Amino acid sequence: MGLIISIIVIGGGLLWILYLSIKGRDVDRRIVYLFVGTTVALAIIFRLEFGEVATPIVKSVFDKIENLPAGSKIVLSYDFDPAMAPEVNPMANAFIRHILEKKHRLYFMSLWATGQSLLSVSLDSVLKPEFPDAKYGVDYCNLGFKAGNEGVLNVVITNLRKMFPSDANGNSLDSLPMFKDVESLKDMDLLISIGGGKPGVKEWVLFAGDPGKVAMAGGSAAVSTPLLYPYWPKQLIGLLGGTKGAAEYEAELIKRYPRFKDKSMPALRMMGPQTMAHVVIIAFIVIGNIAYFRSRKKGEQS
Amino acid sequence: MTSKTAMRILMAIVALIFLFSWIIKSGSGVSDSTFTNVRDGFLITFAVFLTLSIFSFLYHDNPFYKFAESLYVGISAGYWMCYGFWSTVVGNFVPRASRSLSEFFHVPYQERADHILIYIPIIFGLILLTRLLPRIGWLSRWSLAFIIGTTAGLNLTRYLRSDFISQVSNSFIPLFVDWKGAGDFINHISLAADGQFIAILSNWVIFVGVMCGLVYFFFSKEHKGTFGVASRIGIWILMITFGASFGYTVMGRISLLVGRITFLFGDWLNIL
Amino acid sequence: MKHQIPMLILSAVGTLLVVSVFVPSAQHWGEDATLYFDIIAVFAFFLGGGNLIRVHTEKVSHKSAGWIYSVVTLLGFGIMLVTGLFKIGNPNGIAGDLSKSGSYFQLLFQYVMSPLNSTMYALLAFYVASASYRAFRAKNTEATILLVAAFVILLGRTALGVLLTNWIPAQLSVLQIPNLAIWIMNAPNLAGQRAIMIGISLGVISMSLRLLLGIERTYLGGDS
Repeated sequence: MGLIISIIVIGGGLLWILYLSIKGRDVDRRIVYLFVGTTVALAIIFRLEFGEVATPIVKSVFDKIENLPAGSKIVLSYDFDPAMAPEVNPMANAFIRHILEKKHRLYFMSLWATGQSLLSVSLDSVLKPEFPDAKYGVDYCNLGFKAGNEGVLNVVITNLRKMFPSDANGNSLDSLPMFKDVESLKDMDLLISIGGGKPGVKEWVLFAGDPGKVAMAGGSAAVSTPLLYPYWPKQLIGLLGGTKGAAEYEAELIKRYPRFKDKSMPALRMMGPQTMAHVVIIAFIVIGNIAYFRSRKKGEQS
Repeated sequence: MTSKTAMRILMAIVALIFLFSWIIKSGSGVSDSTFTNVRDGFLITFAVFLTLSIFSFLYHDNPFYKFAESLYVGISAGYWMCYGFWSTVVGNFVPRASRSLSEFFHVPYQERADHILIYIPIIFGLILLTRLLPRIGWLSRWSLAFIIGTTAGLNLTRYLRSDFISQVSNSFIPLFVDWKGAGDFINHISLAADGQFIAILSNWVIFVGVMCGLVYFFFSKEHKGTFGVASRIGIWILMITFGASFGYTVMGRISLLVGRITFLFGDWLNIL
Repeated sequence: MKHQIPMLILSAVGTLLVVSVFVPSAQHWGEDATLYFDIIAVFAFFLGGGNLIRVHTEKVSHKSAGWIYSVVTLLGFGIMLVTGLFKIGNPNGIAGDLSKSGSYFQLLFQYVMSPLNSTMYALLAFYVASASYRAFRAKNTEATILLVAAFVILLGRTALGVLLTNWIPAQLSVLQIPNLAIWIMNAPNLAGQRAIMIGISLGVISMSLRLLLGIERTYLGGDS
């Protein structure tokens, strides 16, 4: 029902804009804005959802975490801000679920201060309620944020304690059992950076993954995803790109671990509005071009 | 009605809606503490007000947008300063500088002989702040030189390794994947996404595309003849690249909008 | 003094970091230099804060146009600074994580900074839509290629691409829009991005060398 109403409203609106454009009348930019907002709002209200299947670039990250032996050491770096969060936060939460489900050791850190505040939300809304048995300092820990962008990575790849004498709560790293056999990031089994700006996945590849020869995976905001493809598959074992990448990972997680089906999977939910909005953008490009070619033809005739 | 009166009426309406939302959200709070419910009710309403204030810019510039924008600048600057202080000054400087300060801030003191050296960046940092004083502002170039020198030193080797040598090396890929002779290739030719033909085509596109793309960026020779053809192919490859980037950019921006509308419908209106 | 010392500092630090990659015994010097860099970077935050106070205080004291918004900026800055530096409301007190849930700093982040930051960027969705309608024209071959690639990606990354083309047989499966989108990303996009990446890396490398050798001096300011 929701889909039908959405199609009628969106289709009707597009036809009207097409009519105005063909007639050569100017469509106010605010009408375009209103139309985009309405499209997204309708898709959210009617909860339009579609299924997802993991593509190879996403599946390879999932398989890597899946196939690591229990107790493997994985770094998850929150390198993003609230502006990227709707796209990349679902990836981060999916990684937390998967990593802890597989009983790996999870080391959080951030190259963006805002990442720490968003991590705090993830810890309270996902990690603590869904994994009440996970112990701080044994199963997971939060190293915190350090200023200095790639400079931070340049130090931690050879000497973790020099940059992080203590974790985000002021505990000495030597007092936490999960740091017993960790001197630097070279001792990790997998590095995952989730970001979309600078510093982000690219800096992790350049300053940690490549020089340390450690397996590296990334989750990236859609805007910077195409830029990272040259690193795949040799320098990056896999990459989650934007909401679509996050949705694919969530789908794979649910397929493998059905117990997560009832948990919040925001990326899968976002793909409905995303699809509708893409249709509208495509329609705008087509309508704009129809109007352009008509006016050009008229110009040639006159 | 003058625009000033209209603005006053609008402000009064916004204030009323704000108050109404605050009361409703406070009443629907889940905490046992009234103070927490009232506080959270205010904060959610304020977040909604700020969200709508920013969106109001789509209509045209207005005082609500200007208020939200100015608040954002101030809050962000304060946020990063606090993090800078606690994460690096307290996190990295204090444990090397003083035992008593370490105890005060509850960070583990590190006993080391070369502690005196940790004052070097502090001196450079203070010198950087001279930028605020016009007379001795030139001194800040010393700190700037340290920052630029570090960046240049780090980038030189890392870009050379990961973005140059590795990329060139990764472009030398087999141009005949799983090749068992021309007959076998023709017999099994198909446009299956995971088939041999597409694998071969992909590798050709990557190899030729990188070369032609580089040719396009080579401006020391006129783009004519064979060189011109290669440059033309390079442009087409780059156009596909930009098209893909545009598609992903649209995807990203729409996701952010979905995030904000989900917040309005879910956290505020509770209709999801 | 004004030029020679900065150039000396730059060359010394930069060269040390290059050497530390190749000489294992110099590695800890490289680590120290980078740690110092990180600490200096924090002073850049303080410099930004100081500059913000200076600019907006001037605006308020001179009552220049829009001064009332400068008051808002200063208030926002002050409130965030006080709640963060004194960790007001932090359940673990001064020893707690700055972003500990329940602290006023974290509440301000969640309910003030976060909506402001994300809505600012969400505005771009509207502008992209408007630009799609007004600016993207298939005026020539290059623009048409760009548009077709964008179409395939936009359709291929959603369920609509599957719905439209899943009737295409397996023998031609690369023509199914989602597969075509994946192929575009993995082949032509990768090639184009790699060409750009190699070009940028050459630029970064040559600029770094120019800086270390003292050829590039624009950072010293106009009077250099």
